[in-house]
Amino acid sequence: MRLQYPSNVKIIQVPCSGRVDIIHLLRAVEDGADAVFVAGCLEGECHYLTGNLKARKRVNYVKKTLEELGIEPERVEMFNLSSGEGPRFAEIVREMVVRAKELGPSPIRISKAA
Amino acid sequence: MKSGSKLEKILTAGEFALTGECGPPRNADPEAVRKKAQHLKGVVDAVNVTDNQTAVVRMSSWAASLILIQEGLEPNYQMVCRDRNRLAMQSDLMGSYALGIRNVVCLSGDHQKFGDHPEAKNVYDIDSMQLISMVKIMREEKRMNGGQEMEIPPRFFIGAAANPFADPFEFRVHRLAKKIAAGADFIQTQCIYNMAKFQKWLNQANDMGLTEKVYILAGVTPMKSVGMAKYMKNLVPGMDVPDEIIGRLTGVEKKQQSAEGIKICVEQIQQLREMKGVAGIHLMAIEWEERVPEIAEMAGLLPRPQV
Amino acid sequence: MIVAERKPLNDIVKMVEPYRKVLILGCKGCVTVCNAGGVKEVGILASALKIAAKKEGKELIVGERTLERQCDPEYIEQVKDVIGEYEAVVSIACGVGPQFLAERYPETDIFPGVNTEFMGGALAHGVWTERCAGCGACLVHNFGGYCPIARCSKSLLNGPCGGSADGKCEIDKNVDCVWHLIVEKLTRQGKLDNLLQVQPPKSWTTARDGGPRKVIREDLAQ
Repeated sequence: MRLQYPSNVKIIQVPCSGRVDIIHLLRAVEDGADAVFVAGCLEGECHYLTGNLKARKRVNYVKKTLEELGIEPERVEMFNLSSGEGPRFAEIVREMVVRAKELGPSPIRISKAA
Repeated sequence: MKSGSKLEKILTAGEFALTGECGPPRNADPEAVRKKAQHLKGVVDAVNVTDNQTAVVRMSSWAASLILIQEGLEPNYQMVCRDRNRLAMQSDLMGSYALGIRNVVCLSGDHQKFGDHPEAKNVYDIDSMQLISMVKIMREEKRMNGGQEMEIPPRFFIGAAANPFADPFEFRVHRLAKKIAAGADFIQTQCIYNMAKFQKWLNQANDMGLTEKVYILAGVTPMKSVGMAKYMKNLVPGMDVPDEIIGRLTGVEKKQQSAEGIKICVEQIQQLREMKGVAGIHLMAIEWEERVPEIAEMAGLLPRPQV
Repeated sequence: MIVAERKPLNDIVKMVEPYRKVLILGCKGCVTVCNAGGVKEVGILASALKIAAKKEGKELIVGERTLERQCDPEYIEQVKDVIGEYEAVVSIACGVGPQFLAERYPETDIFPGVNTEFMGGALAHGVWTERCAGCGACLVHNFGGYCPIARCSKSLLNGPCGGSADGKCEIDKNVDCVWHLIVEKLTRQGKLDNLLQVQPPKSWTTARDGGPRKVIREDLAQ
């Protein structure tokens, strides 16, 4: 569709959002990502039936873990959309970029620099 | 005579018994017990002394029982299984008997989670059924639980609790039969508000011949207010408070609620007295002991029989 | 299985604070089955600890290893060549693991990363519940296959108590009253009479009350 969205987003494609596990999200944060989000199919429309439901639970687990460690849980998020919703995807990317800017650099990056 | 206690004599003589209840204070003040005792003196045949009721720490029941004896009343010394193992229990039974206590009520005890020391370890070395059995063997066979002979054994009149309102309902009367087989001499029920359900349970007990083998004292508690009624309905385990009781209390002005509560209580006593198999009333006017004389009077239970 | 749960993250963060090199040791036994201390959980804990350290501007090297079990000396032996590289070990096996490690490797500081709770089984994926209290004198066959020691809050052998309501225990509406279950089952089987005899007091000598226990198979022991 050649829609514009910010370029400071690294996209990792997976066959199903259910392939994303807790460790992947944690490692992203560990390596300094300011924000991480998982985009999965609309609930009820998962090709593998429950993959996107599992993904959401894992995102919530990671949110809780970050909160315990004193890091903003908003840095990790789950979104549901259909693969045909190009504009919605661009919208989501913009939303997360704005969120990352508002939250500021990840506390991990700040400390590293310091 | 098993123990020779006044309660035993009254029940054996076929008189309708009346027992009260006294919760010891949450401190070391004997006056608190004496004050409550004054309201009950001459009004009831014996007074239950609770044992860390609802797992809230209070002056020990044997100590408060002794104070009652000193004030001229007869205590029903309650012992729960939650806080003592069989060694401490037997030791306390011997000691309390030596001090003149003659009636003991054997209970499981509410879980410590409900009380003010929820972090404590609970004991439950033996259960209430086994405790009843143990007390009976001490009396009849002069033996301790471990087999040791006692030259002078404690010889208690043994009480136990029954809750016709707990589940599973069908099993309750079998549990009663079990307690009787274990050695219970008298039973005090949980306070009754649901008359129909109690009658159902009582009918079963009568049919099984249990009321010939044990004295059942029906539990009654006067409601001070609709707040108390709701609390008991919703937050006290094993309690069955029908909506019509709540209705009667909400139906009167706030100032009149306590009077209505007393009225309901007196009606209940009169109803229970008519039921076959009820040998007496156990009146638990918790923290309201001063109204016991009036309730007993209005229910036609005074003066108490002399034995 | 033995069911355990990871300690709160910040408790573990505090434990490893003084160290720069820490080894997380998982176990492929019970704690893998109850998703508390297996390979996955080792990875998650390692990452979380590194995040916590980085946030404070500290560097933390975290090793990850999962043993077959931590309750057999031959498996504990397997880390003997690497353990010296670390200042501390966080074992996320059940309570046996840290103890076996501490005894075999007295020079290393060993920490428990999980709280071991009970012997139980799964009710559903992700849900485990207590079934056995290890009393050492199993009598479940007398109670329709239910254990009143482990599942009754008061361990009554002549239950139920007066707090049983709607099949639930007085301590928690989500806890079944096992005596309700026992009575129902024996009633269905026509064996209610089994419950009419007073069960005598339990001998607690075979339980933990009798002291730490040992089991020996004479035919197997050297």
